[in-house]
Amino acid sequence: MGDDPSRSADANAGGPVVTTSHSRAAGGGVPPTPLDGPPLGGGGGLPRKARFSMETGFRGLSTAAGAMVLVIIIAIAIFLVSKAVPALNANTENFLSYKTWFPNDAEPKFGIAALAFGTVLTSVIALLVAVPIALGIALFLSHYAPKRLATPLGFVIDLLAAVPSVVFGLWGRDVFLNPVRDFSVWLNTYFGWVPIFGGDGPFGRSILLGSLVLAIMVLPIVTSLSREVFQQTPAMNEEAALALGATKWEMIRTTVLPYGKPGVIAAVMLGLGRALGETIALALTLGTVFEISFNVIENGGNSIAANIANTFGEANATGRGALIASGLVLFAITLVVNMAARAIIYRRREFRDSAA
Amino acid sequence: MSLLEKTPTGVGMTPDNIRARKLSVVVNIGVAVLAVLLSAAIVLGAGIGNWVLVIVVAAALYLVGLYAAASQVEGRRAARDRIWKALIYSACLLAILPLASVVWTLISKGVERLDGNFFSTSMNNIGARDPMGGAYHAIIGTLEQVGLATLMAVPLGVLGAIYLVEYGRGRFALTVRFFVDVMTGIPSIVAGLFVLAFWVLIVSPWFNNGTPRFSGFAASLALTVLMLPTIVRSTEEMLRLVPGPLREGAYALGVPQWKTILRVVLPTALPGIVTGIMLAVARAAGETAPVLLVAGGAAAINMDPFGGPQSSLALYVYQQAGDASRYAPARAWTAALTLVVLVLVLTIAAKLLARRNQLSR
Repeated sequence: MGDDPSRSADANAGGPVVTTSHSRAAGGGVPPTPLDGPPLGGGGGLPRKARFSMETGFRGLSTAAGAMVLVIIIAIAIFLVSKAVPALNANTENFLSYKTWFPNDAEPKFGIAALAFGTVLTSVIALLVAVPIALGIALFLSHYAPKRLATPLGFVIDLLAAVPSVVFGLWGRDVFLNPVRDFSVWLNTYFGWVPIFGGDGPFGRSILLGSLVLAIMVLPIVTSLSREVFQQTPAMNEEAALALGATKWEMIRTTVLPYGKPGVIAAVMLGLGRALGETIALALTLGTVFEISFNVIENGGNSIAANIANTFGEANATGRGALIASGLVLFAITLVVNMAARAIIYRRREFRDSAA
Repeated sequence: MSLLEKTPTGVGMTPDNIRARKLSVVVNIGVAVLAVLLSAAIVLGAGIGNWVLVIVVAAALYLVGLYAAASQVEGRRAARDRIWKALIYSACLLAILPLASVVWTLISKGVERLDGNFFSTSMNNIGARDPMGGAYHAIIGTLEQVGLATLMAVPLGVLGAIYLVEYGRGRFALTVRFFVDVMTGIPSIVAGLFVLAFWVLIVSPWFNNGTPRFSGFAASLALTVLMLPTIVRSTEEMLRLVPGPLREGAYALGVPQWKTILRVVLPTALPGIVTGIMLAVARAAGETAPVLLVAGGAAAINMDPFGGPQSSLALYVYQQAGDASRYAPARAWTAALTLVVLVLVLTIAAKLLARRNQLSR
């Protein structure tokens, strides 16, 4: 290995030349010539490892790019905190328990209680509506539909995921509002004795409308993730169930659903993460009322993200800080939800490489 | 006489009873018709709703009737199987309805202002009573912001994926991978707030005599934060699909690892990577919230993404939706149609490209 391959040509000349190389290694008077290019001969050694080469440079560059993700997440936390703290210090009410939002006054008063409540309530209702339907579609695509139908339908579901949220918001406000309002009035007439359907109106731009629009938006995410998980059920398990005489539904209940359970839980939590952070669709459909109320059909409702979009325009320095503080809370909530979802996915190794 | 040849008394092996008995289609349809009639009689007779309620009640009655009929003929287990099948099919129908409505509304309301004027003018000097006005400035803004964001996010994302697949070993790589996944779930408004706090309020005053300045570049920074994890994730998946023997072949020829990655691995995975990038671009083009916070939303044409407020198509839709002018909704819907067409063309092109990808499983 120590021999320079380019020397091998000289070897033909005879004895003395060969001994030169020998004596050089022993004497050490002549420094070994550094190898710059690739080795010339076929039987040559590997290029000597340089202190700085393209290899280390490229490796460092890609490692830096990978580390960038961590840097960005930490930077988000640091910069949000640095802008939120002055506003929180100027706040004259308790940030966590106060309900309304007046950060632009001479005596700033703002609190996140009603906003956080609205965020969680709309997201939970959206998931309650979306998850059963999404699981149904996922099962349909993976086990019921003929392949000729399943492929284009899956494509359509993916397209649904690509439609921008502002379009859903606009549709919810201009089109979907009317059926939801009729439905709310109907609910109020016949089920008004249930507290969540009570109230005297006006109805329509309510938590119900916002949640239903949200449900349509999280539907494709939950569907496509669950479908992937369902499709990975080992065919042997399914065939064994069928061979034991199970009906199709029994086969699904005993093999597909237990196998896919962690994946489905993770999909639901990812959907929850998306619903919690949804901004524009809720800003356009909710009634913007700072109240903690379980009434889902009366005009009202608000969320952290929608409030940021709605009040950013007239915010002064403290107002911006207050909005950033509320964004920090949202960031923390979604971070926890997403990390929990990913931890579930990671525990099942077979899902890790597929469920994006 | 063996046991096998003996026919059990009372059970003749006829072609009728050797198979499980099936509920006939006629009965199925009969149950459906009965359910609709009964539901119409109840709902319209009592006056408690309109045809929507008739359909809902009819569907419920149909399920009950089907269960009763099927459990008589086929047994309870088969009946339950039928009910679940019906429920799963109806979930599909239910999801198609809003999609159809969105598409129909987009087209019917969007064509109203779909004219040359819309694509060649801005909203500069357009008052509440002016029926004209267009989205030229917003389209420029979207293209510039998304283009800049792509320029920043693609090298970073592809290199990050290369790190995860080719170099990353051990705990640090696992951490990076985990947080890439977590980062895909960061709400877009938080990305907007981050860039607001970091770029607009802290960095941009250095370039602008001490006053914070909104700009299209700030928006593209926020979009970069949103695109980065998606690109890392999709590129990583594609790189993992490149067969190991290809790399080993290159190493055996004495090619260094960086050159193997650049000349062998990346070209092999290229179609898949491009697909992932196009999907990320499509998503970024539709983002409203970050642009709303950091781009400023100018009404006039501003070609310079580094100097002063810009708008974007998604932001334009949101602004017009909140505008009180009676001409604003038409503009909003036309801009929404433009945006959806842009996003869908990107998405469909990406999916078609993915179909031609030989690496895909």
